Amino acid sequence: MFINFFFDLKQASLPVSLKEYLMLMEAMNKRVVDSFNVNDFYYLSRSALVKDERYLDKFDRVFGHSFKGLENSEGETEKEIPEEWLKLMGQKYLTDEEKKMVESLGGWDKLMETLKQRLEEQKKRHQGGSKWIGTGGTSPFGAYGYNPEGIRIGQKESRNKKAVKVWDKREFSNLDGDVELGTRNIKVALRRLRKFAREGVETELDLDNTIRSTAHKGYIDVKMMPERRNKIKVLLFFDVGGSMDAHVKICEELFSAARTEFKHMEYFYYHNCLYDAVWKDNKRRYNENIKTWDLLHKYPSDYKVIFVGDAEMSPYEITYPGGSVEFWNEESGETWLTRLLNIYENAIWLNPIPERYWDRISSASIIKQIFSDRMFPLTIEGIDQAMRELNK
Amino acid sequence: MKFEGTSSYIATEDLKVAVNAAITLERPIIVKGEPGTGKTMLAHEVAQSLGAEIITWHIKSTTKAQQGLYEYDAVTRLRDSQLGDEKVKDIKNYISKGKLWNAFESNKRPVLLIDEIDKADIEFPNDLLLELDKMEFFVYETGETIKAENRPIVIITSNNEKELPDAFLRRCFFHYIKFPDPDTMEEIVNVHYPEIKKDLIQEAFKIFYDIREVPGIKKKPSTSELIDWLKLLMTDDVDAKILREKDPKKLIPPLHGALLKNEQDVHLFERLAFISRRENENLE
Repeated sequence: MFINFFFDLKQASLPVSLKEYLMLMEAMNKRVVDSFNVNDFYYLSRSALVKDERYLDKFDRVFGHSFKGLENSEGETEKEIPEEWLKLMGQKYLTDEEKKMVESLGGWDKLMETLKQRLEEQKKRHQGGSKWIGTGGTSPFGAYGYNPEGIRIGQKESRNKKAVKVWDKREFSNLDGDVELGTRNIKVALRRLRKFAREGVETELDLDNTIRSTAHKGYIDVKMMPERRNKIKVLLFFDVGGSMDAHVKICEELFSAARTEFKHMEYFYYHNCLYDAVWKDNKRRYNENIKTWDLLHKYPSDYKVIFVGDAEMSPYEITYPGGSVEFWNEESGETWLTRLLNIYENAIWLNPIPERYWDRISSASIIKQIFSDRMFPLTIEGIDQAMRELNK
Repeated sequence: MKFEGTSSYIATEDLKVAVNAAITLERPIIVKGEPGTGKTMLAHEVAQSLGAEIITWHIKSTTKAQQGLYEYDAVTRLRDSQLGDEKVKDIKNYISKGKLWNAFESNKRPVLLIDEIDKADIEFPNDLLLELDKMEFFVYETGETIKAENRPIVIITSNNEKELPDAFLRRCFFHYIKFPDPDTMEEIVNVHYPEIKKDLIQEAFKIFYDIREVPGIKKKPSTSELIDWLKLLMTDDVDAKILREKDPKKLIPPLHGALLKNEQDVHLFERLAFISRRENENLE
């Protein structure tokens, strides 16, 4: 009887397998929860079917949809749109001109009506999951560039608190994997970049070799070997300041993950594009910078190079000498980048801006070209691909 | 066998259901959650409430799956053979049992805690798949099969440092201990310090949950930190009035070292306290 629920979960792309479903059936069969209490069933199925807290929120939504009406609720939880709020928001963000256009469309009330309808439709289509009002092309909201992102219409605002079901509370909503990108995931992705080698002090017993040697010589001959270590060496370049301020958090996360993952890692900061100097401390960047030439000479070519930056600047900053916004650069950024790429065979660029916008930013396309297409989005998937590329 | 929580451990309804499902179906349960929400404690409490023996296996970055089964000490045997020791004739003398073996042998159903499984190598859980599924393993050296007489209750904790393989997860129940809401938290505190003053708790909670809400804080204080802090407040006999202190100059809570564990967070908090002080002054 729960097979539909199972397929609903599958359809919502939750990673559930038959094995887990059977496990749930077995648990039901053995009466793990005595009563036919829907709450207990919710807890049981959650424990059996969801194996990662990232999916808890999605599960709650599907559960709510699949078993709608099963619970004896004390009155339907109504979803009211906090109209006042939206109006306020609108007044805050819309220009007078836009407000006039709203008027011409029938005024606020009409618009709210449409919005309500749309919300209702969306709810039916996506298992009540559409907490966010879409900004899609058909919505009158989207057309004006008025993006109501951040306005949450959902349980939180609903009046009848008593009737909110456990799963409808959606307590795990901020654990959804699409939203959060923690260091753990980055670490797992960075793990791709591993090359183990035994180097250094001999600290471990080499059992195979000891046995072989002992049998050969006729007395115990203990052989040792060095510990296995990741011998990947990495140079990390972070773009700082300006447009990168919006991406500070993810860069911090990447940095901390990289630092624990790679034993041999050097990091440097630059602004917008690589020129004749980089620095290691943002507070003292003007006094204590490092000449790029020194850097290129110091680190051998087996280092892997990772650039992190949004590559968002005026194209002149890359292609022309003197293009830098901060100082007079004798040689163009492109020259410096090419110089670096000629030495380090394995180099990639990680871009925090979503991939679909790259083509529209001409500077990003130029850099992508300089890096022979080795530009990857700064997402788990992107890092994963980037590490594969570096491993080549 | 049913787990109902103990006098010293507050188990939420969903946690009880998950644990009982794992007990009844004889399958492992994976417990995740923020650090300090009582994951390891759970195993001890389950053992205590069921009156079962607890076997703990702490996982480190160097732990191998094989160590949980048994280890064959080839080097000692080799040495003994040179000295002509009698022991050398029986290979069993050189096999030391691991935690899993101990758990399988137990004649009463034990609780096996595999603590912080994410610390080990990424392949570690895969190496234990069959052993935990079938609850048996084969000892190559002696040719015997060790099979669990009573399938132990396996509780696995993870701190999320590594992702666990799907095949492993599929065989387990899962529970995420979410951060307790103030009501549950009050119960938890009462269990630990029954004699604590009511007003002190209220003020302390307010500060505690406020700190957790501070945007940008790196390490949110958790249950165990709250418990420690309350203990300090009690031993120092801090009055609830001091916590209620609205004097802007004293916005940083007393003994905050127990709650904020890293320098950046303390700085951040001081800065925020400074800003709110300025705002207060402006209002006045």
